[in-house]
Amino acid sequence: MLWRERIGRYGYLAPAALFAASIALVPILVTFWLSFHRQMPIFGISRFVGLENYRFLLEDARFWNALGNTAYFAAFSVVLELGLGLTFALLLNRQFRGRAVARALVLIPWAVPNVVAARFWEWVYNADFGVLNYLLGIKINWLGDPLWALHAAILADVWKTTPFVVLLLLAGLQVIPEELYQAARIDGANAWQLFRHITLPLLKPVILLVLLFRTMDAARIFDLIFVLTGGGPANETETLVVYAYKLLYRTLQFGYGSTLSVAAFLFILALSLAYLHQLRRAWELRG
Amino acid sequence: MPSWQRLGVLLLLAAMLGFILGPFLWQVITALKPTAELGQLPPLLPSRPTGQHFSTVLGTPGFLRVFLNSVVVAGGTVLLVFLLSVPAAYALAKLGLRGRNPILALLLCLSMFPPIANVAPLYLLFIRLGIRDSLLAVVLAHSVYTLPFAVWILTNFFQEIPDDLYRAARVDGCSRLGVLRHIVLPLAVPGMLSVGLLVFVFSWNEFLYALTLTASESARTLPVAISLFPGVHEIPWGEIAAAAVLATLPTVLLMFIFQRRIISGLTAGAVKG
Amino acid sequence: MDLRFENVSKRFGERLAVEIPQLTIRRGEFFTFVGPSGCGKSTTLNLIAGLEEPSSGTLQLGDRRLTHLPPHQRDVAFVFQSYALYPHRTVFGNLSFPLELAGLSRESIRERVRQAAELLGLDPLLEKYPRQLSGGERQRVAVGRAIVRQPQLFLFDEPLSNLDAPLRAQMRKELRHLHQRLGTTFIYVTHDQEEALSLSDRIAVMRKGRIQQCGLPRELYERPVNAFVASFFGSPSINLLPAALAAGPDGIAARIGELQLSLAGLDAKILEAGVVTLGIRPEHVRVSREPLPERWPAEISLVELHGGQTILELQLGGFSLTAVERAEARYREGEKVWVVIPEERVHLFDPSTGNRLGADSPGPTS
Repeated sequence: MLWRERIGRYGYLAPAALFAASIALVPILVTFWLSFHRQMPIFGISRFVGLENYRFLLEDARFWNALGNTAYFAAFSVVLELGLGLTFALLLNRQFRGRAVARALVLIPWAVPNVVAARFWEWVYNADFGVLNYLLGIKINWLGDPLWALHAAILADVWKTTPFVVLLLLAGLQVIPEELYQAARIDGANAWQLFRHITLPLLKPVILLVLLFRTMDAARIFDLIFVLTGGGPANETETLVVYAYKLLYRTLQFGYGSTLSVAAFLFILALSLAYLHQLRRAWELRG
Repeated sequence: MPSWQRLGVLLLLAAMLGFILGPFLWQVITALKPTAELGQLPPLLPSRPTGQHFSTVLGTPGFLRVFLNSVVVAGGTVLLVFLLSVPAAYALAKLGLRGRNPILALLLCLSMFPPIANVAPLYLLFIRLGIRDSLLAVVLAHSVYTLPFAVWILTNFFQEIPDDLYRAARVDGCSRLGVLRHIVLPLAVPGMLSVGLLVFVFSWNEFLYALTLTASESARTLPVAISLFPGVHEIPWGEIAAAAVLATLPTVLLMFIFQRRIISGLTAGAVKG
Repeated sequence: MDLRFENVSKRFGERLAVEIPQLTIRRGEFFTFVGPSGCGKSTTLNLIAGLEEPSSGTLQLGDRRLTHLPPHQRDVAFVFQSYALYPHRTVFGNLSFPLELAGLSRESIRERVRQAAELLGLDPLLEKYPRQLSGGERQRVAVGRAIVRQPQLFLFDEPLSNLDAPLRAQMRKELRHLHQRLGTTFIYVTHDQEEALSLSDRIAVMRKGRIQQCGLPRELYERPVNAFVASFFGSPSINLLPAALAAGPDGIAARIGELQLSLAGLDAKILEAGVVTLGIRPEHVRVSREPLPERWPAEISLVELHGGQTILELQLGGFSLTAVERAEARYREGEKVWVVIPEERVHLFDPSTGNRLGADSPGPTS
């Protein structure tokens, strides 16, 4: 049995490993490789250009604009989602009749495809017949106005992803032992002090996890913006992935497009590593 | 609780539900409005609800085709992911692999890559293999993207099955594969359901891979079709709304039916660590 | 068929978990591995079942070599401390599972399950699921699942630890009866010395992966090979006192604290040891209210009533002793009494190695 038993168990892992390697790991490496090339398959152009693409990237104002938009979008939407998500989770953690229904309803946006969510909001934002303008009694071209477009996209993203945040925070709230609240109440804590000194510290690891998931997700935002504004007006809402997509599939520059993909990838990787570092410390503190 | 405070909570709840449900309901209302009333506000509600937009959308052969494509892609992805992730998670959870922790760490890293990181080489690879613009191409991309997550969550679920059950079954006469079949799978049904649902919803909703790896209606999925909805001059808002509502129905229904399973899948690992 | 260990060892990384140079468990024996937690007894059982592989050495059952067979080909049955009942199967399904895997016909499966259920009184439970059973019932189902197999070996890993005391005593009896009726080899692991003594034909005492002593329960109790085995068995446990040996006018005498104990029967060779650890079991310490010259004066500092017996803590000149007396004597705390330590009941151990000293020390463990 020795040999077969010992090797055999790795056999269970092999199909998944091979698949992941061939469809994910190797292609990711190829993306890096492509990023050192000038590559336009339909014109049969393919040559090694070294760091040329990266030098160009650093001077590409549109890249910096996209990076700025991505960072702005991610930071703004994640903060809003966390604030709103925490409020909703605390509300839904109270006892009230119809709580189960409310919890189910709140999850709806999570199940809606991003593209469809974009369609929902596009119609809400519509400058002429949009319900938002009608309800506010104003007339703003939300998606066409450079000042508003990115914020409109942020609001749509907040709508779509807050349910996920609520769900995780609610689960985190439910594992905080009731005795802790009872003990603190006996010690004379008021509602705010309970929240500040019990809920928040014990929820911190979950909050960090939520931030990690959401930041990574927001940093690679594509579909919502692609459908809502296509990156316009005047590239005001163009994010890294939208820009990379356009380079790759509109202008078929697989070399420089890959360079941009790498930049997006590294940006997201850096963010997640920073979070993971924080997260590990939080978990360690909790034991 | 003082009544003003109760009132405040009630108002907050109402505001929350209004924000969450508003855009969705507005889309439903739009889909039910006669075309003539789409371009005017007020009234908010249709003077008489019409099923006209729904029947137009459902009457388009392309829509049904694309809907079916989405079902096949999401279903196929779930199947392939299970085929690959169940044995892997079983090995990681129960077979005492050396190097288990590095493998799990690698999985976690792998589950963080954005689709943009591998979409271009996949596109070139699939062209070379002659499977671009096929459902298979989308299934492969969706599977690899969800695989690390599926293995991770399933490993968690399998680990909850006591080791003594594994050992008892081995002594009782099961081979390794036998334990998976007779003990682990029957006991992990809830966990598998969670994973299957999440993979299905992901695949149903995914856009970037589906957009770049398909070119024609024969392989297009619903999100792609909805993003490409025709209308250069006159935008068919009513039909877009109807199609959007229809595209949402399957996942929203699944979510209502299997809410508990989906929640436990999403929070597995996240809360327990 | 005998089970033979030859130079078996198991390491986890650098740590030695088990090392058994030579051991034979005889056919039909009720054999127990006993020792404190982490002593390697469960690992030994896993080695027999095939749930762990030895790092070196061989295991042989009759003329069949087990060493590298996977568990499902060894024809052994295992009863776990956690019972390990399959939660998704009924009691019937649990019992029938090994038989289904063995490919038995439906009728013979039903017949064998029926027999086992009858033997263990499981009939009314067959349609229930494990979660609907009490602890004792689960334990019985776990045993039932082992006996339907009619295996060559039964392995028990602390099967009674999760039961409360009365149930444990009852199950102990039932296991003993079961062994008598089946006549198959039982290999049993426990940390409970009392369980080991009461159940086993033979016992191996383990510590840090090695067998300290292997023999009949009576041998282990009466002639422990070292201070560890001596103090492992018996409750309350043996008194171990530092003593200095010296030659006196009437032969050898041991000095304990401020007191002298004559050990006239000992061979003079023992004097080379100088300082020893002297062991005396509490039930061998004699306490009385009558003062006599060769008796030691003592004061009772603690009285613990245990039904028919009392455990006494005694303060003597510079040391304390535990003694067991009949409860009728009605000793009180603070009472002055007289103590005798019978010479023939004394064990002597080397204080540094713990090994037994003296002519009566048995040879190497069998």
